[in-house]
Amino acid sequence: MGKTLAEKIWTEHIVSSKAGEPDLLYIDLHLIHEVTSPQAFDGLRLANRKVRRPELTIATEDHNVPTLNIDKPIADPVSKLQVDTLRKNCAEFGVRIHSLGDIEQGIVHVVGPQLGITQPGMTIVCGDSHTSTHGAFGALAFGIGTSEVEHVLATQTLPLLRPKTMAINVEGTLKPGVTSKDIILAVIAKIGTGGGQGYILEYRGSAIRALSMEARMTICNMSIEAGARAGLIAPDQTTFDYVKTKPHAPVGADWDAALTYWNTLSTDIDAKFDKEINLNADELAPFVTWGTNPGQGLPLSGSVPNPADLSNTEDRGAAERALEYMDLKPGTPLKSIKVDTVFLGSCTNGRIEDLRSAADILKGKKIASSLRLLVVPGSARVRLQAETEGLDKVFLDAGAEWRSAGCSMCLGMNPDQLKPGERAASTSNRNFEGRQGKGGRTHLVSPLVAAATALKGTLASPADL
Amino acid sequence: MEKFIKHSGSALPLRRSNVDTDQIIPAVYLKRITKSGFEDGLFAAWRNDPAFELNQPQYKNATVLVVGPDFGTGSSREHAVWALQNYGFKVVLSSRFADIFRGNSQKMGLLTVILPQDEIEKIWKKIESAPDTKITVDLEAKTVTYDTVSIPFAIDDYTRWRLMQGLDDIGLTFTKIDEVAKFEEKRMSFKPKTLPIR
Repeated sequence: MGKTLAEKIWTEHIVSSKAGEPDLLYIDLHLIHEVTSPQAFDGLRLANRKVRRPELTIATEDHNVPTLNIDKPIADPVSKLQVDTLRKNCAEFGVRIHSLGDIEQGIVHVVGPQLGITQPGMTIVCGDSHTSTHGAFGALAFGIGTSEVEHVLATQTLPLLRPKTMAINVEGTLKPGVTSKDIILAVIAKIGTGGGQGYILEYRGSAIRALSMEARMTICNMSIEAGARAGLIAPDQTTFDYVKTKPHAPVGADWDAALTYWNTLSTDIDAKFDKEINLNADELAPFVTWGTNPGQGLPLSGSVPNPADLSNTEDRGAAERALEYMDLKPGTPLKSIKVDTVFLGSCTNGRIEDLRSAADILKGKKIASSLRLLVVPGSARVRLQAETEGLDKVFLDAGAEWRSAGCSMCLGMNPDQLKPGERAASTSNRNFEGRQGKGGRTHLVSPLVAAATALKGTLASPADL
Repeated sequence: MEKFIKHSGSALPLRRSNVDTDQIIPAVYLKRITKSGFEDGLFAAWRNDPAFELNQPQYKNATVLVVGPDFGTGSSREHAVWALQNYGFKVVLSSRFADIFRGNSQKMGLLTVILPQDEIEKIWKKIESAPDTKITVDLEAKTVTYDTVSIPFAIDDYTRWRLMQGLDDIGLTFTKIDEVAKFEEKRMSFKPKTLPIR
């Protein structure tokens, strides 16, 4: 029987395999940031160990860095200590780092692909659950905890039990105004936040093949929101064209050898997935979450659901709690919900195509006077590209704030936070209680819905303008 | 890592599903550069509510946390495990755990035990009516017991062995480091390197 893509990459990276034990997998690339690495480096020092392969490791500063006044010292002393610790650790252990102010600084999952160090067929890890983003290249990429960060630093390997595989088949054509963000929100609403637990997801079908690399990254990014550690898409010409122009792409004979290998990276016709899910792209509409987990989402044309209608006790309890936290009443049309802040950014939707699509909607218009629009590019390079194209001017003219790169309001570790009770439409990935600031309320949306909402003041899609 | 063979303690019922790691420890508490001192951040937002279970005196000494399904979803932050351990929890019982959280807990020796949801419901009822009930989690026998009830649970043999021996994974991998070196020799030469910078 044939193999799935995930099984092929897994097998290719087995260093050691023994019945009754986890496989020991080789890791091709280890991405590092300031929040989940300090304790790992401490562990190395305590055991007198080195970083085994510094040339397969790279660091950047993203989670807690400010997006204003980045030329000045970080004002929060605790954040500053954490960033300084990363810089010291990288210097001591010989790890490449892109610090605040560097053109390659940015969200770790935006930086890897733009440098071209994210390539098909690799194993990629990072102490961040959205590492699944890199799966868009046909890589096996997943988030790890700090103990595992230390393990990879010390050995360039990880012991792992082999997950099962699930196919997410999306056939058909997306309607105008419907994006890859809407695909993944619909997937999560369908299978639930635990649906992918124990699986690697493979996104397949004509609707997936038609997507750009950046749109594919948005989908793979949120695999973890469906409970799956990793999600991937088989590489194709779109992937190869994207990688080829990047600084660390293979060149000459290496490119030919790489391409030959990459062309083998697809699921065999006779391979069998442990589970398959089907979605019709023709039927998808702009999606929005109404609750406090990413599975609590609906088409924007819908209304806030009534928990009493849910048959499952757990779902009902969760929905009741969510509506209380979100301050929403059952039956309220989603499009009538008033928003205070719109956040455009994050590793989910902070790339250049996301900024372009939002700028297209905002061009020559003003955002609603009742709200603020925060635009945070995913990396310094994305910011520069946007400025080259004049997008910064579109955003500023519309009344938005144009910030420097980082995770920013996606997780509210830096000063970019919602105030208690404030409601946001956000292109990020998590609508958890307090995720964007204590007491803040989050509706997850695509960049198109974010832009339309910013103009209207209430949740809206471009078609509503 | 401390060996885990058997633990007995009182329990805290948390009747919530989908408790993500942002709830277990919010991001603003992640700025420490040590593995200790995270207990103050544990369930920080919910602890503002005096009715929250962690604030109730009858559960003050609980070392076993009994929670709803899909515990530990979301962020990969191992700080969630540290916060639970720093606070004093030794075991978490749930019908479903998120993959990354479960992996992290097994690296740190916080035992995560999967039980059927109806058994979790029974334990909730029991400890809500009798908070002093001792729950015994026996990793050797693979059972959770209280009163006269004994519930078997499954865990893969390798993880069980490692937890019972208190072995850390890095030390175990170093016993295979020659195989790692051999693997590196046959790696495809076109795979990218971060250094030198291009």
